[in-house]
Amino acid sequence: MIEMLQWLGRLENSKIVALLIFFVTFCGILFYVFTGKQRKQRLESYKYIPFADEDDAESDETRKVDKR
Amino acid sequence: MAQGAVLGTQQYNYAVIRKFSVMALVWGLLGMAAGLYAALELAYPLLNMGIPEITFGRLRPVHTTLVIFGFGGSALFATSYYVVQRTCQARLYSDSLATFTFWGWQSAVALGAISYMLGYTQAKEYAEFEWPIDLLITVVWVAYFWVYVQTLKRRSQPHIYVANWFYLAFILATAILHIFNNISVPVGMFTLKSYSMYSGVQDAMTQWWYGHNAVGFFLTAAFLGMMYYFVPKQAGRPVYSYRLSIIHFWALSFLYMWVGAHHLHWTALPDWTSTLAATFSIMLLLPSWGGMINGIMTLSGAWNKLRTDPIMLFLITALSFYGMSTFEGPLMSLKSVNALSHYTDWTIGHVHSGALGWVAMISFGSFYHMIPRLYDTKLYSTRLVYVHFYLATIGIVLYITAMWVAGIGQGLLLRAFDDFGSLAYTFIETVSFLHKPYVVRALGGGFFVSGVLVMAYNIFMTIRQASREEAAIEAKLAAKLARA
Repeated sequence: MIEMLQWLGRLENSKIVALLIFFVTFCGILFYVFTGKQRKQRLESYKYIPFADEDDAESDETRKVDKR
Repeated sequence: MAQGAVLGTQQYNYAVIRKFSVMALVWGLLGMAAGLYAALELAYPLLNMGIPEITFGRLRPVHTTLVIFGFGGSALFATSYYVVQRTCQARLYSDSLATFTFWGWQSAVALGAISYMLGYTQAKEYAEFEWPIDLLITVVWVAYFWVYVQTLKRRSQPHIYVANWFYLAFILATAILHIFNNISVPVGMFTLKSYSMYSGVQDAMTQWWYGHNAVGFFLTAAFLGMMYYFVPKQAGRPVYSYRLSIIHFWALSFLYMWVGAHHLHWTALPDWTSTLAATFSIMLLLPSWGGMINGIMTLSGAWNKLRTDPIMLFLITALSFYGMSTFEGPLMSLKSVNALSHYTDWTIGHVHSGALGWVAMISFGSFYHMIPRLYDTKLYSTRLVYVHFYLATIGIVLYITAMWVAGIGQGLLLRAFDDFGSLAYTFIETVSFLHKPYVVRALGGGFFVSGVLVMAYNIFMTIRQASREEAAIEAKLAAKLARA
């Protein structure tokens, strides 16, 4: 364990390990986001969240702007 | 729809957002006016007038602090508190803690500006605050983080909308950057003087890790959060691709942290660090343009809105400037281009195409959308929004073209050699060359500040109109009650 930590502690090793971790994680995110029909529908459904608040019960045109 | 339930009776905390919005405009006006005066001082040094408090060296950090932290920071507090409540359909956690963030932040900005004019500074770019103010900012920031996270925990939606991801990344990254760049040892308990924990090239490296990520997370990621909420809301249609926004977020977060060293090309920094920073800067073009395209394509099929809606003009122009400056940035990070551009006004022009074109324009558009809703009224004048838009756009174009001429010209003059290998121009010749572009830059700044004045008037009248409407309703109610 200590040997492994020492190996990781050397800059020439830790840089490559960090690069691999970040790159693989990012590829994983890409794969997750762009695969699966149901997942695609679920993820894309989230884009309507800004319209789920009370303001959208009325459109801009119908929003009450003059209370007099 | 992700969650159909519309919480019509939900009450939001708008009081703190109103305060932040008004102060954003106040700091914006003061900060941009300070910038304009500093620009005039460069063109006409007589304007320094021998008064130490207003000389260029002191006024410049006043300008950057007021526009970045005063205007930009307050705009981010305001919009993030608005967006988190509206997308979570939950009231902001703890009114008193949110109010504390308001007073704490305003005090830090005001104390910072006053201390710079009096000559107290850490001399770190965009981190000039002396150590007691740094401590105040840290406390305020922890409170901000706590309010934000607790509000997210109260959400009615199962999913956290992507705008909140960007705001949260901004809050977390800014905390890390602020703390690590400002670690210093005060000379004494009752003195403002302190010494940085770092020295030499490590100090420079930490400073520009901070400096560029302040651009990346404070001035980019957070304002992208603004974009992902206000562009769809103003357009009345959802963002072009939610999946692209997820990739945009993660790619931006992974890449930004590596690029700070491109500010230190051709210095004592190791060559590999410089190359690494340049490489990541080029890669950063992909998420930046992905995000820009995602924002602009939100209008796909509804481009006619640009003809009729000046707020949409602000938002889409901001995205265009975002695209332009995120192309120019990687270009300038190439070592060969940087050899020409570094230490010249090209850098200043690049910063302002991002700061005025992207940050300020997206904030103006978002404010024009948000403020009437905060006061439950309509905007006082749409025509004045058009006036503001054209003043701002002309101002930016004048500013950045003047700085391109100044910077590229200056760079070429500084490295021109004659047949004998001697410098072809004296230093003073390169300075006098800058006079005309500096005058044009100040003119551009004048246009931009005039636009903000028009906006301040429009917003002031909007708020006044709202209070009149409220008074009229109260009078009607009172009359009805009296009749009953």
